[in-house]
Amino acid sequence: MLAARLLMDQGIHVECVNFHTGFCIQSHTGALRNPEPGAKPPRHDALHAAQLLGIKLHMVDIAEDYVRIVTDPKHGYGSNLNPCLDCKIFMVRKAWQLKEELGLHFLFTGEVIGQRPMSQRRENLPHIEREAGVEGWLLRPLCALRLKATEPEKRGWVDRKQLQGFNGRGRRPQMALAQQLGLHDYPSPAGGCCFLTDENYSRKLQDLWHSRGERQYTMDDILLLKAGRHLRPAAHFKVIVGRDETENHFLSGFRQQRWLLQAQGIPGPVLLLEGTPNEEDLTLACRLTARFGQGKLAPTVTVRVEYQGQEVLRSVTPLPADAIPDSWYI
Amino acid sequence: MESPAAPTPHADQTVDARRLLCPMPILRAETALRALPPGATLALLATDPGIQHDLPAWCQINGHALLELRQQGREWVGWVVKGG
Repeated sequence: MLAARLLMDQGIHVECVNFHTGFCIQSHTGALRNPEPGAKPPRHDALHAAQLLGIKLHMVDIAEDYVRIVTDPKHGYGSNLNPCLDCKIFMVRKAWQLKEELGLHFLFTGEVIGQRPMSQRRENLPHIEREAGVEGWLLRPLCALRLKATEPEKRGWVDRKQLQGFNGRGRRPQMALAQQLGLHDYPSPAGGCCFLTDENYSRKLQDLWHSRGERQYTMDDILLLKAGRHLRPAAHFKVIVGRDETENHFLSGFRQQRWLLQAQGIPGPVLLLEGTPNEEDLTLACRLTARFGQGKLAPTVTVRVEYQGQEVLRSVTPLPADAIPDSWYI
Repeated sequence: MESPAAPTPHADQTVDARRLLCPMPILRAETALRALPPGATLALLATDPGIQHDLPAWCQINGHALLELRQQGREWVGWVVKGG
């Protein structure tokens, strides 16, 4: 947002792009849970920023092409399943293609040297440009004064003196600049923006790959990894347990190709089961459903089991708490 | 909250983006609108409450008119008229 504004203030026409990978963390992810009392509805940061700046935002879905970046990154992963370098190179290439289609002249990003541990390390910035095939054409207005001049600067399209030389993880200089530019209601600058940097999420994705024997995923898979408690009682099936009413509703939308379980007449979670369960596994899943609901101390609980449009009722004894080993939790 | 008797705007096309998280409803709407002529109306169904902020913002940025955004229980329906 600041980078765009620095260029706009030089009279440069700016358009922005936001890529959807399927792993983006937005405030919307919080919308899977019951909202806090009085909480405002979530909003998409890039849309909000573009609205504030009054600029065109291209929203591009790259989720399908992105699968190979996640499953087989040339430069490897960060501390979790985050393929940051490959991701950045891929996005810069995509942005360049879009730039060509739109007839624009150069690329810019809001990157700051050293702000992120992998893709924004000083030694990686030139490498990203080179591998993406845009050497000299990617301007980073927020840290430009610490980098070699780019073609847009050399050609006099951009006045280098009006750019910045920020570096490091601190955000104070950026916040001061925002204040100076009269930008107040900007998206929160801290925190990660990708689920693949999250340890818990990455563990669940690893489990999914391990259970299927291949490093592949669908959009439904990666959406479901964002919701509920995930337990794997056996290698051939796992269950996802809703943690509140909103999450139960969300999980219910994924009942196709999965078993959906819920206690009858007693408040409790929706439980989704995926894999190849046998009769005994289904009974265990019913007992888990009873355990996580308000009937956990009842002698028996009736659980509705739905699969491919067919419903059956099963009466089960709730599983005792000590019958759920920690090792089941993914 | 709208009265149940409020008239429903006419839609030339309806996009069902229920259970998708933003920005997917917006991306689906954008794809659908590309195939429609200016002045056509698209109805967008969504369950992500973020639609309350995102649909008006997206319409404003792209020059579309948001006729109405109506909440129906846990769902929202937005009617968007494609800009020129």
